[in-house]
Amino acid sequence: MREQRASLPGSIIAWVVAFLMFFPILWMLITSFKTEAQAIANPPLIIFRPVLESFAAALSQSGYILFAENSIIISLVSTALAIAIAFPAAYSMAFQPGKRTQDMLVWMLSTKMLPPVGVLVPIYIICRDTGLLDTRTALVIVDMLMNLPIVVWMLFSFFRDIPKDILEAAHMDGAGPRRQMIYLLLPLASPGIASAALLAIILSWNEAFWSINLTASHAGTLAAYIARYSAPEGLFWAKLSAASVLAVAPILIFGSLAQRRLVRGLTAGAVK
Amino acid sequence: MQRPTPASLPLAAALIAGLSLTPLAAGAATLTIATVNNPDMLIMQKLSPEFTKETGINLNWVVLPENTLRQRVTTDIATKSGTFDIVTIGTFEVPQWGKNSWLAPIGDLGPAYDLNDIFPSVRAGLSYKGTLYAVPFYAESSMTYYRKDLFQAAGLTMPAQPTYDQIAKFADKLNDPAKGVYGICLRGLPGWGENMAFLTTLVNTFGGEWFNMKWEPQLTSPAWEKAINFYVDLMKKDGPPNATSNGFTENLALFSTGKCGMWIDATVAAGVLYDPTKSKVAADVAVAPAPTAVTPHGAHWLWSWALGIPKTTHQLADAQKFLTWSTSQSYIELVGKTDGWVAVPPGTRQSTYKNPDYLKAAPFAPLVQQMILSADPEHPTLNPVPYTGVQFVGIPEFQGIGTTVGQDIAAALAGQTTVAQALAKAEASTKRAMTEAGYLQ
Repeated sequence: MREQRASLPGSIIAWVVAFLMFFPILWMLITSFKTEAQAIANPPLIIFRPVLESFAAALSQSGYILFAENSIIISLVSTALAIAIAFPAAYSMAFQPGKRTQDMLVWMLSTKMLPPVGVLVPIYIICRDTGLLDTRTALVIVDMLMNLPIVVWMLFSFFRDIPKDILEAAHMDGAGPRRQMIYLLLPLASPGIASAALLAIILSWNEAFWSINLTASHAGTLAAYIARYSAPEGLFWAKLSAASVLAVAPILIFGSLAQRRLVRGLTAGAVK
Repeated sequence: MQRPTPASLPLAAALIAGLSLTPLAAGAATLTIATVNNPDMLIMQKLSPEFTKETGINLNWVVLPENTLRQRVTTDIATKSGTFDIVTIGTFEVPQWGKNSWLAPIGDLGPAYDLNDIFPSVRAGLSYKGTLYAVPFYAESSMTYYRKDLFQAAGLTMPAQPTYDQIAKFADKLNDPAKGVYGICLRGLPGWGENMAFLTTLVNTFGGEWFNMKWEPQLTSPAWEKAINFYVDLMKKDGPPNATSNGFTENLALFSTGKCGMWIDATVAAGVLYDPTKSKVAADVAVAPAPTAVTPHGAHWLWSWALGIPKTTHQLADAQKFLTWSTSQSYIELVGKTDGWVAVPPGTRQSTYKNPDYLKAAPFAPLVQQMILSADPEHPTLNPVPYTGVQFVGIPEFQGIGTTVGQDIAAALAGQTTVAQALAKAEASTKRAMTEAGYLQ
């Protein structure tokens, strides 16, 4: 079969769209290597002598390491917990569905449509009463709950690709649900689990609302770190850009490495 | 031996990482301070180890964007969570939060503090019913910045008290987009604290007001129509392109890079514009009072970033120690020595404006003092009004109302609607908001 090749106009359009989408990140990167005076120059400077002073300021002034450490721990732990809870839930929904399974799946997804600010006060009070304000534990729990519907949906889509007969054969051989999940489903669905985990890590990393509202000086993530560079009466465009580069670089590199798997995960079930 | 099952790996990872989930509890003598990232606050953070050295009290800083800080602190105080020991707030919030009993009254800060040294107008702006609820970290009014080199080249002279008619004529003469210079830069970015701060002073001096004594909106009054038409015409003719994107920060960037002939905005910008390391026009900038039109009432604003103590703090005495340290005359002297006199927090103390070192470094200081002393939030308009505040209306609903009206006027500035349409829409939405809030029947 002949390989289908993209047309030239199509390729050009794709490149232009890709460049437009990438341009803000590129501009942020360029600005981060400017001085504050160069950053506000009008017309904007394209050719200039790059300096690292904004990075030095962003790293030394505002405790980048603590925020980065919080981001890493919170995104990894919340994702691990979300997978641990979503895995048996998706197994049950995919292989032993009840009358209300579909409704439950839709309801789970509908919780994502709730504006977070609508539940800010109750969650804030719960955190206050349990002593979890400004702790990583609070953000782990909130991020885990926030990502759970998407992780369940993704795992559910992957599990539906697995022939039921395999699990039935195992059942005939005396394997209970726990053994089926561990010895059959886990190896078979590992690409799907990895995709779901990658997406959950990225979503958790980028989460800003709860990170800003539930933390103060100890448990803020890199999203809160960037927010501090927005000033009503200060000119910090270069520092803001440098801080943003420092905040998005880890997840950008991580996302690029995991791109193929991520795309497969996001499009799972979409072509059926 | 049975191998660990793969399924247990995520749980194990969570458990191990969970051990480090809760950071170490802070020591007893640690204050948490919520603040914004303005240059003066950055200097305060930099110098705060001096305070720790003097008192043994540690400081944790929570730095947030202005509106996020308001929302974050409001949530914390309203739920009595006590996360913050000190908060940075402005003259808009302090009287309202004082009225709500959210802030601890500022008690006796000791004889060395000299409370009477703080400008009376600033103290009044931070009080509710005569009780002071916050102390000013820095304060500002508004004034006119202009380029004396461009004025000279065009044969113009800035009067001692310019009027808006004169400003419009000057802008026409200075406007030279081919050379990258616009006659005037003014705020266009929608927001109650952005374009509406400037536009409220403009409307005030044109003889208008937000509400009459019955709290009925006055946005379609002749004064509003005249003021907003003046602003839109002036900006379309002599302002920079895409002015609806320009707030304080953007205009500061434009003026400091030589793109504006004039700019009417916060006095606090002078510290940057006169600093040759931050401004290309440091040698050519001059200042004049904010322009007037029909009345001098409310022609220039009064704002202060101040430090207050939420009632929910468990460390009132230590918090007061920090307030005393950071807003004292000796702190101002410390900044003068470490960062230069032009960088000291302006607008708070009369003694600063008698200091020869400051007057030498800040030639704009006498005018700033004059603007701050003459700003009168109690009588901001020509006609009597039921509210206080020069560039805002001191009611909680104003944040939403001001931002909505700011968007309507920005639409007129962008040419999407006419001024009359924008004001009619603004009047309707304001009336609706005031009815919902119970001010109108």
